Amino acid sequence: MNRPTEIKHYRTEITGFRHRVMIAAGFAVLLFMLLLARFFYIQVIEYHRYFALGESNRITLLPIPPNRGIIMDRHGIVLAHNYSAYTLELTPAKIDDLDATIDQLSKLVTITSADRKRFNKMLSESRNFDTLPLRTRLTDVEVARIAANRYRLPGVEVKARLFRQYPLGTSASHLIGYIGRMNDADVLALQKAGQYDNYRGTDHLGKVGIEQSYETLLHGKTGAEQVETDANGHAVQNLARIPPVSGDNLVLYLDSTLQAIAEQAFGNYKGALVALDPKTGGILAFVSRPGFDPNMFVDGIDATDWNSLNNSPDHPLIDRALRGAYPEGSTLKPFMALAGLFYGLRNPDDTIADPGYFSLPGSSHRYRDWKPGGHGTVNMHKAIVVSCDTYFYRLANDMGIDRMHQYLTQFGFGQKTGIDLHGELPGLLPSRAWKAKHSKQPWYPGETVIAGIGQGYNLATPLQLAVATAALANGGTTMRPQLVEAVIDGRTGQRRLIPPQPLTHIAIPPAQLKVIVDAMIDVTHPGGTASAASAGAPYLIAAKTGTAQVVGIRQNEKYDARHVLAANRDHAVFIAFAPADAPRIAVAVFVENGGHGGSAAGPIARAVMDYYLLGKRPKPAISPPATITGANSHAD
Amino acid sequence: MRIKRWLLKVASHLDFPLLLLLFVLMILSLFLQYSASGEDKAHLLMHGLNMLVALAVLIIVANIPPPYLLALAVPLYTTGVILLVGVALFGDVVNGSRRWLHLGVTRIQPSEILKIAAPLMLAWYFHYHEATLRLKDYGIAALLLAIPVALVARQPDLGTALLIAASGFYVLFFAGLPWRVLLSMIAAGAASLPILWHFLHDYQKRRILTLLNPEQDPLGAGYHIIQSSIAIGSGGSFGKGWLHGTQAHLDFLPEHSTDFVFAVFGEEFGLLGNVFLLLLYLAIITRGLMITVNASTLFARLMAGSVTLAFFTYAFVNMGMVSGLLPVVGIPLPMMSYGGTAMVIVMLGFGIVMSVKSHRKLIKS
Repeated sequence: MNRPTEIKHYRTEITGFRHRVMIAAGFAVLLFMLLLARFFYIQVIEYHRYFALGESNRITLLPIPPNRGIIMDRHGIVLAHNYSAYTLELTPAKIDDLDATIDQLSKLVTITSADRKRFNKMLSESRNFDTLPLRTRLTDVEVARIAANRYRLPGVEVKARLFRQYPLGTSASHLIGYIGRMNDADVLALQKAGQYDNYRGTDHLGKVGIEQSYETLLHGKTGAEQVETDANGHAVQNLARIPPVSGDNLVLYLDSTLQAIAEQAFGNYKGALVALDPKTGGILAFVSRPGFDPNMFVDGIDATDWNSLNNSPDHPLIDRALRGAYPEGSTLKPFMALAGLFYGLRNPDDTIADPGYFSLPGSSHRYRDWKPGGHGTVNMHKAIVVSCDTYFYRLANDMGIDRMHQYLTQFGFGQKTGIDLHGELPGLLPSRAWKAKHSKQPWYPGETVIAGIGQGYNLATPLQLAVATAALANGGTTMRPQLVEAVIDGRTGQRRLIPPQPLTHIAIPPAQLKVIVDAMIDVTHPGGTASAASAGAPYLIAAKTGTAQVVGIRQNEKYDARHVLAANRDHAVFIAFAPADAPRIAVAVFVENGGHGGSAAGPIARAVMDYYLLGKRPKPAISPPATITGANSHAD
Repeated sequence: MRIKRWLLKVASHLDFPLLLLLFVLMILSLFLQYSASGEDKAHLLMHGLNMLVALAVLIIVANIPPPYLLALAVPLYTTGVILLVGVALFGDVVNGSRRWLHLGVTRIQPSEILKIAAPLMLAWYFHYHEATLRLKDYGIAALLLAIPVALVARQPDLGTALLIAASGFYVLFFAGLPWRVLLSMIAAGAASLPILWHFLHDYQKRRILTLLNPEQDPLGAGYHIIQSSIAIGSGGSFGKGWLHGTQAHLDFLPEHSTDFVFAVFGEEFGLLGNVFLLLLYLAIITRGLMITVNASTLFARLMAGSVTLAFFTYAFVNMGMVSGLLPVVGIPLPMMSYGGTAMVIVMLGFGIVMSVKSHRKLIKS
């Protein structure tokens, strides 16, 4: 009874089951078609996009930073070079708790509070960099310790890097300058100049001095390595390599021993000295005292050191030779005398009777000579030898400020010399036009009078004064002052001279020049203002002393007014060239608050000339430059 | 002579078309693993050994008569569920999930057992209630399934839970779950999706969101999907060639010998290789379903159907997830991914399929 139905039931069941299997099979085929569609989409339609993604995934262009060029003096003594050392670098983006990581690291290697401060300063200043150094110059033991613990220190890396070092320390610091970590402004400037790509992989650049002005040559050309990397960024295989080109090496005119002698000759005085070769304009010594140690800046200077340097009343960071603007004082007189001859206002033999003062016609105001009672009968020669103020007051009054401006401009006063350094100040050579532009007051005749002896508005940098002095030594041709004599190509090693460049040729009749030079020679002889400083020199020196009244040192930086008031002694100024008959060196010296030029500044110039011309070292003996760290022994 | 006879007897229980297809898959797998492991011969040897073990399991299970398999259903299921409870109480936490249970010297993942034990249990239930099948029985079977699924889902291991649920569901489906129930279940399931969303773990939600927009978090949750898509996509039509995939060899691809091995395959063999693999899987599934259709008993039909469709599910879900079509769940590509347990489970399933096929005359009597 049941049986037929059961069989029927069984059959329908089987048919139903078969249906279900078919449905399942269809379902499977359908879903596989879906997969197929997906594969087709990513492997055919979107193939190029994914292929490109895959390639960019694995191929990375790693920059190879070039070796920075070396800077050396004329004798090949190295002033700036590179050495390789290990640094401990952190990638802040990969570290959750920076302080904790640094604490952990301080158990493995020495990390001073200064290191921490410096790191935090860098962290706040530059957001553009992925890694920042915490410690530099790791020892081998420290490297090993970090390496052993690296697995639990994500974002911490030890890198081998080239470091800049300045073997001379504080010597020639302003001139050489230093490199420092790029900040956001540097990056922006590089991007603007289209140079940023060449700085990939580099995080330092020249900030000051030659390091800054020759940055393009020193840096070199960044190379690149095309590497296949895995997901962790580790290089697996090099595909191609474009080698970097090292920066060019620079050979300076500078004589580092001469530089050291000059620096030591300053003793504890502040001031500046520029010595150059009149024929070429090559800078032989370039001193600004006090100095600083550029090595402090390379790894990023810490806040304490920075504040003590930057806030020091002595302003060690200011390059006084380049940016210190001082009144020329009496050192302007030889140039004034030449102007008098040029305009036909004076013959060399014209004399005046010096009562010890000069008064403008119709005025009772007396412009006093430095010597009470005056120098008696004074001609041009004597006026320079004894530095007679009255003679030049009168000459200036006869000449007028605008002619004075016009003539002296030829010597480079009031304008930048064009030295191969950045940040030079132009000084100030006043004129009516200048005053009209900068003040509502008219030009007063009395201002012309004091301008005649290098006072009043007149300001010159030591560099300008040295260039003007060199013009006298060079028969009227001014040369562009130049620090770098030759560039040694980083790729070929070829030496390329930078040719000396004449700035102007001042037409000075030799007879007129002879009057001035003879007078400047006699300045160094008994009866002259520089006789003491020149005594016993086996070569002829032509010189002029000066004393600049302190009305505040005019510099672009702020100056501590209280300090200036406390030390308002006059600045001592001295210019010289030697041998006077065949000049090889021209020097300009400013000694801040040094008093009279002949006594404070003269001996410094003498020490420089003695070494340069005779190879004679002052006593006590100067130690070799490499170990000079500021021991001061020599004064007058 | 006796050995030869014995061998013939053993071999007679094997389905040669299916076995041949599985062999092709295994050879492909050996080549793939050699490449995916970075030409590591030790790795390849281990993979080969796993295969041999799995093959042995298949041959043994194929020779077990279905009544014995039936007898195993209840103890296996009960043990599995007890172990799952044990995991929930005493299990080790690995990667934020409690999946492993320490048994003295060795650790086991009881959820793997349930991949077979759950459908077996359901098939057993339907086998014994075949004559008087009512709606209530489907309910009881569903409950039997829900217990291990819930326990595994709570570990949390959503992928495995879904797979167990799927293999159980296939049993229900082939056992004749009425269409109206099925359709209303689908409707109810769709309706409850928003509610279900709230019960998902954050990482599970993230995986689903990541699928919709992987570029949103390219180094985080989206990393796997982006990298595996890049691998497959960059393979193009014909692939980069065996051993020439760059994504996997350079470690961009995570899990490139296990769950994500298909990305290596797609990168090296391209669309052509993928089509071949799909066809191979489809051939295995077709053979499995043919055995299912021709099976003589309900138990045989249910087991063969469920195992075959589970195999399909593994393949589909894995390839879907690696190619960026489905959310990332920890499911290996059957027979291709490295890993002994998963391979043994798959071959054990096919062992059951061959057993029910070759023993049909015996069970019919």
